Amino acid sequence: MTDQFLYAVEVMINGLMAGVLYALVALGFVLIFKASGIFNYAQGVMALFAALTLVGLQQGQVPFAHLINAIFGTEVHHFGWHLPGLVAIILTIGVMVLLAIIIEKVILKHLVNQEPIILFMATIGLAYFLEGFGDVMWGSDIKTLDVGLPQGASFWVEEKTAILGTDNFYGFFIDKLDMVAALVAAILVISLTIFSQYSKQGRALRAVADDHQAALSVGISLRFIWVLVWSIAGFVALVAGIMWGAKSGVQFSLSLIALKALPVLMLGGFTSIPGAIVGGLIIGVGEKLFEFTIGPMIGGATENWFAYVLALLFLVFRPQGLFGEKIIERV
Amino acid sequence: MFYREAGDFKTSYVNDSQTFPIQFDRWRYYAVLFVALGIVPFVINDYWASAVFVPFLIYSIAAIGLNILTGYCGQVSLGTGGFMAVGAYAVYKLMTAFPEVNIIFHVLGAGIITAGVGVLFGLPSLRIKGFYLAVATLAAQFFLVWLFNKVPWFYNYSASGQISAPERTLAGIALTGPEASATAKYLVCLGFVFVLAWLARNLTRGTVGRSWMAIRDMDIAAEIIGVNPLRAKLTAFAVSSFFIGIAGALFFAVYLGAVEVGEAFGINKSFLVLFMVIIGGLGSIFGSFAGAAFLVLLPVFLKNVLVGGLGWPTDLAAHLELMIVGGLIVFFLIAEPHGLAQLWRLAKEKLRLWPFPH
Repeated sequence: MTDQFLYAVEVMINGLMAGVLYALVALGFVLIFKASGIFNYAQGVMALFAALTLVGLQQGQVPFAHLINAIFGTEVHHFGWHLPGLVAIILTIGVMVLLAIIIEKVILKHLVNQEPIILFMATIGLAYFLEGFGDVMWGSDIKTLDVGLPQGASFWVEEKTAILGTDNFYGFFIDKLDMVAALVAAILVISLTIFSQYSKQGRALRAVADDHQAALSVGISLRFIWVLVWSIAGFVALVAGIMWGAKSGVQFSLSLIALKALPVLMLGGFTSIPGAIVGGLIIGVGEKLFEFTIGPMIGGATENWFAYVLALLFLVFRPQGLFGEKIIERV
Repeated sequence: MFYREAGDFKTSYVNDSQTFPIQFDRWRYYAVLFVALGIVPFVINDYWASAVFVPFLIYSIAAIGLNILTGYCGQVSLGTGGFMAVGAYAVYKLMTAFPEVNIIFHVLGAGIITAGVGVLFGLPSLRIKGFYLAVATLAAQFFLVWLFNKVPWFYNYSASGQISAPERTLAGIALTGPEASATAKYLVCLGFVFVLAWLARNLTRGTVGRSWMAIRDMDIAAEIIGVNPLRAKLTAFAVSSFFIGIAGALFFAVYLGAVEVGEAFGINKSFLVLFMVIIGGLGSIFGSFAGAAFLVLLPVFLKNVLVGGLGWPTDLAAHLELMIVGGLIVFFLIAEPHGLAQLWRLAKEKLRLWPFPH
């Protein structure tokens, strides 16, 4: 095997790992879209907000310190404690559930039966609000997130794959964090599937996804389901936030992963959880391979748009995505 | 009392089908024109032109353009920023390639080029619908911005990768470049707004506009009664992109003067224009103006209050501004999903009865 080929394989594996992370974000979109027909643009910002909250709680930052200092002229910034990672994560989950309840009470309740575009715009408004809110609450400087996840390249993989090269010299470079992320994503998908297939709430969730009115008529509380599903989406956002935050620091650009997840959604179909995973993998591998093979010829940095163009071309042939429900239109 | 159809007799078909059938509306329209042409140009200064009037007029054009596509034809687009970039780069290339031609023709040419690009990216709309299409238009946004960043031909191989508008004059008065006066900038934008708004208004109440609205309301039904979806959708994309391209050209040449594509025409610009359309009101020309005015004035107002009035640090004010804009958008959608235009319509209904309640 030539080094060139091995390098291509390595790029592909790294693409798969990146794809898993995209899929993790896309999952949050799919959950909300299925259960309420809302295209939640704020998912990326929710991930940012969750990661900011986690870091803030863990390091004992004073919320709204900047605002308080500006109004009262004080100099507060930290409480001076340092929480263990797990406690901070549990507290953050609590915050995300609270956020879901507030979103339902303040926004969704009033927008029942509005057109999808209006709901979509409302989530963009929410995204702006949360982005500003997160910055006001925790400050906008770049933070490092450390909840004890392994970092750096995996030597084990490198040693095991070294023999593949021409003179035992190659060895794949794969980030440990990416492997953890893949594992977490797998666990998350399996547990979500089990939850929606076998638990009572999960069944109610699927009923709502199928038909709002029919679900209401058999006594399912729509509002509870919405809180539930936004909480789960908040949890998924937290997981995605932890993974991306540990990888590249907690900062504004974290919220842009939503834009990475959109083509994944298109490719996989807005309504399919397996679609989100498969779409994520295709996009992850596709964009890395494209950047590797064609990228140097046309100036590089193709990752920004390749996923979109791929998804666009794909949709022309299959307008509902890979796994999406067939679109039936009646007059 | 004043706002009545009664007593305003129409004696010809032309009279009967005029844009403002009510006399009061006509007077109001002339009054607005008088203020815009007869008063503002004489009192305007650099701050007001660059902070309020010029961006308001340019965003109005962009909002009308997007409203044609989204509000009248029902195709949600998130690629506005990319199309504005096409307009800006097209006008730049035309200005530098044909320096002897009048700038007005450059701007119109940029609009036509953008219309072509818009049709190209509108083609998938024949297969893809709803949110899938909205996300698909993001492909245009990201691809076009990347293209203008990476291909040096578009920015004439300048070292910084920026484009900057050379000075061009109309009848001896500088319209672009550092010498251009506030009044000249304002008037050239106003001219474009006036002509384009007139065009949009008349397009949307004619055959083309009705076929757009038929497609918006239900595309299959429209197809069955004989509206050609290919033509309706592609004309909507073309006309919309023409408007947006002109807005982008003016934004670059007249307003900013020098542009870095990722910064000026990023995804946030797409969202900003979409907000204008939604807050102003989908499917309303007046709404496009109202939305543009609202979202241009709001940050100026907030900045003056928070930084100028309360003396808070600018970064904090910027974050609070995001919060307030986001909160207001949600509030507006809850309070009046049909936008400011709907409030205007309600006000007019009330006026027709006033001062009697029934």
